Amino acid sequence: MGALFAFLHRAIMQGIPLLLGSTGEILTEKSGHLNLGIPGIMYVGGISGVIGSFLYEQSVGPANINPVLAILIPLLCSLVGSLLMGLIYCFLTVTLRANQNVTGLALTTFGTGFGNFFGGSLIKLSGNDVPSITLTATSNVFRTTFPFAGKLGSVGTLLFSYSFLAYAAVIIAILAAWVLGRTRVGLNLRAVGESPATADAAGINVNRYKYFATCIGSMIAGLGGLYYVFDYANGVWSNNAFGDRGWLAIALVIFCVWRPNISIFGSILFGGLFIVHNYIPNIDVSTQELIKMTPYLVTIIVLVATSMRKKRETQPPASLGLSYFREER
Amino acid sequence: MSVPAIELQDITKTFGHIIANKNVNLVVNRGEILSILGENGSGKTTLMNMIAGIYYPDNGRILIDGQEVVIRSPKDAFKYKIGMIHQHFKLVDVFSAAENIVLGLEDEKFNMKEASARVAKIASQYGFDIDPARKIYEMSVSEKQTVEIIKVLYRGADILILDEPTAVLTPQETEKLFAVLRRMRQDGKAIIIITHKLHEVLSLSDKVAVLRKGEYIGTVETKTATEASLTEMMVGKKVSLNIDRSEPSKNEERLIVRGIDCVSSEGVRLLDDVSFTARSGEILGIAGVAGSGQRELLEAIAGLVPLTGGEIIYNNPKNGQKEDLRNKTPLQIRELGVRLSFVPEDRLGMGLVGNMDIIDNMMLRSYGKGKSMFVHRKEPKELAEKIIEDLEVNTPSATTPVRRLSGGNVQKVLVGREISVRPTVLMAAYPVRGLDINSSYMIYNLLNQQKENGVAVIFVGEDLDVLMELCDRILVICAGRVTGIVDGRTAKKEELGLLMTNAGKEA
Repeated sequence: MGALFAFLHRAIMQGIPLLLGSTGEILTEKSGHLNLGIPGIMYVGGISGVIGSFLYEQSVGPANINPVLAILIPLLCSLVGSLLMGLIYCFLTVTLRANQNVTGLALTTFGTGFGNFFGGSLIKLSGNDVPSITLTATSNVFRTTFPFAGKLGSVGTLLFSYSFLAYAAVIIAILAAWVLGRTRVGLNLRAVGESPATADAAGINVNRYKYFATCIGSMIAGLGGLYYVFDYANGVWSNNAFGDRGWLAIALVIFCVWRPNISIFGSILFGGLFIVHNYIPNIDVSTQELIKMTPYLVTIIVLVATSMRKKRETQPPASLGLSYFREER
Repeated sequence: MSVPAIELQDITKTFGHIIANKNVNLVVNRGEILSILGENGSGKTTLMNMIAGIYYPDNGRILIDGQEVVIRSPKDAFKYKIGMIHQHFKLVDVFSAAENIVLGLEDEKFNMKEASARVAKIASQYGFDIDPARKIYEMSVSEKQTVEIIKVLYRGADILILDEPTAVLTPQETEKLFAVLRRMRQDGKAIIIITHKLHEVLSLSDKVAVLRKGEYIGTVETKTATEASLTEMMVGKKVSLNIDRSEPSKNEERLIVRGIDCVSSEGVRLLDDVSFTARSGEILGIAGVAGSGQRELLEAIAGLVPLTGGEIIYNNPKNGQKEDLRNKTPLQIRELGVRLSFVPEDRLGMGLVGNMDIIDNMMLRSYGKGKSMFVHRKEPKELAEKIIEDLEVNTPSATTPVRRLSGGNVQKVLVGREISVRPTVLMAAYPVRGLDINSSYMIYNLLNQQKENGVAVIFVGEDLDVLMELCDRILVICAGRVTGIVDGRTAKKEELGLLMTNAGKEA
C-alpha cells in the first residue's frame, strides 16, 4: 500500500510538467496552430528560470535569499523566456504564414541549443566539478508546501505535499477547460481553430486570437520547464536532463482529445507510465526502455480509436496547421 | 424620393493584375430586392465581399443611408447592419446552430439558453424550422443555409446579401427561401441576391444589375426585362439559347454495359442490374434525382469503383476487338488502348489538382509519355495554351494555379484536357453545374462537336430541359436501377419525372 502511494506521488510529480506543457499546447492548437516548438519552449522556460535564480543567488548569497524574490525572479524570467519563444513562433507562422511544422521543429532545436549553451556557461561560471548547477536554496523555497501535509499520513502526502506550481498547474488546466467550453472567448477561439474564415466573417480578430492563444500557451508550457528544474529535479540543472518530456506533452494533447480537464488525469497516467519501470523489480535495461515507450503506444491507440469512431468532437481542430489569409482566393 | 439603403459609387478592386471590379455603381432601396447578374468571374462575389468587409475596395465610395462609410472588416459591416450569406457557408461544423449564430458577438451577455430562445423566436417569425442545439455537421445544405440567414437576422441586419443561395437547393427549398425573402422585403429590408438562374431573377427581384468582366453594365427594372435582354447585357452580344442537335451518324455499339451491380462499403446497393449501350456519334443522357447512382455508374466504367456483378464491354473501333473493362484500373484500361475520357462531378477533387498550374494539370494525362526519365513539358505547355485560346479560358497565364480560376474556367480546363486526347468515349458528370449561360452553352457545343466526331458521349445532367434538347437518348436511373431509356426528341418532361421517382411501383 505504501509503495503504491509513493508511486502515485512520484507519478503526479512527473505528470505536472506534462500537464503544463499539454495545457499550453491545447490552447495553441485550439487557435489552429500546431506548435511543435513546445519541447524547446519548455526547455527555455526552465533555463530562463535557472539563469534568473543563479544570478540572484550569486548576488546575495544562497543563505540570504528573500523567499518572495527567490520565487518571483525565476518565475518572471521563465515567463519572459517562453513568451519570447511564443512571439517568434507567432511572428513566423501567423504574420508571415510560415510552415508551422518547420517553424516548430526549428524552435525546438533552437530552444534546446539555447538551454544547453547557457546551461554550459553557468556551469563554467559556477566552477563546479560535476556538469550541473545546483540551486538548492531557491528550490527549497519553490518546494514549500502545506505545513500540515506531513501530519496526515500517506494520504496527506499524496494530496497536499506539492508545491504551489503543481496546484497552479491543475487550476490552470481547469481554468483553460472552463474558458474553452463555457465562455465567449473560448467559443471564439475554437471557431478560429476550426474555421478562421468563418470566425473572420463573424467579426472576430483572427490574428489577435492566434497571437494570444499561442503566447499564453507558450508561457504555460514554459512553467512546465520551471517546475521540472526547481521542484522535480530539486534545483539541479544539467544539460539534456529534461529529456523527451516536451514530446510527451504533445502526445498527451492527442491522448486527452484536446481537453485540458482530461489532461489532468492523463498527465498522471503518462507520468506513471514514464517511471513505472523503477517500481517493477528485477527487469533489465532493455525492458525498462520498452516500458518507457508505453505513453506513446497509448497515444497511438487513442489516435486509432478516435479515428475509427469518427466522432467529430474528438477530432483535432479542423484548420490545425493551416495558415489563414483573408484575401486568398 | 427616399434615401437608398446602400449605394456604391465607382467601386474598383484589383487582385494583382486581375481587375475584379471596375467603376461599379449600385443603388438599393429599402423594401427592394436587387439581383446581380453576371457570368462566372465577372466579379459579383468580390463586389459583395467588399460590402461585407471581407475585401477592401481600392477605390470608390460606399454610402449607407446617404452617409459615406468605411467598411474595413466584417465587424464594421455588422455595425451598419449589413449581413452576408456566403455561397460557401461560413459555419463551424462542430458547433451547434446557436453557437454559430452568436459567434463573434460582443455586446450581449454570453448565455446560450437565452440565445437559443431568441433564435427560436426569429425562426418562428419568418417561418423557419430549426433546432438551435443541433450540430452543423448533422444538417442538410438547406438547414445550414437557414442557420446562415438566422445568423444575420440575429445581428439585426437590414441589408442582406445572398451569394447564389439557390445553387444548392431543390426547387421546393428554393420556393420556401423566396417566400422568406419576400416577407423580408415587406419588412422593409434591402436585399441583394446573386444568382445565375434567369427565371429566378425575373420572378423574385425588383431590379437587376448586370456585371460583365468586372465592369458595371447597367441596372434595369425587372418588369421591363426578359431572359433574352438580360443575357444580351451579360454576354455583350446576342446569344442563341438553342442547342443544335444533329442527327446521330456512324452509329456503332461502343460501350455495352450488361447487368452491373455495385454495393457500397456500408452494404447499400448503389447500382442494381444496370444495362445499356452507348453508341458512337450519339449523346446518351443520364437523368435521375441526385444520388441515384449516376456517380457510381460513371466511376465504375472509368475503373474507379469495384463491381460485384455484370460486365462492361468496350468495342474497340481500331481493331474491332471486344474488351471487358470490369474491375480494371484506369491505367489498365488505358493500356488496352481504350480511349476513355471522364469529366467527374468533383472537378477540383478528382479532375484537377487545385494547387498545380494549367500546364501541370495537362501533364496528369501525359506524364507517362516519353522514353527518358524526365517529363516532357513542351507538349503540355502547347496544349495548355491551345485550350486557353480555343475555349477562352480567363486566366492571367498558363502557370496560374487552377484553384485561383473561377468555376467556369476550371471546367473549361478540365473538359479541354479530356477532349484533347481524342477519346472514343467521353463521360461528363454535371459539366455545367455552377456555370453561367455562356460557359454552359460552350460546353454543350463542345459535347456536340465530340458527338459529330463519332465519340460516344455520356452526359449526366440535372436540368431536364437541357437533357431533352441535347441528348439523342435519355436513360433514367432511380435508386440504382434503370427505369427507362427514352428518345430525347420525343421525350416529355412529365414522363421523365415519373421515371425518376416511381421505380418501386413499376417493379
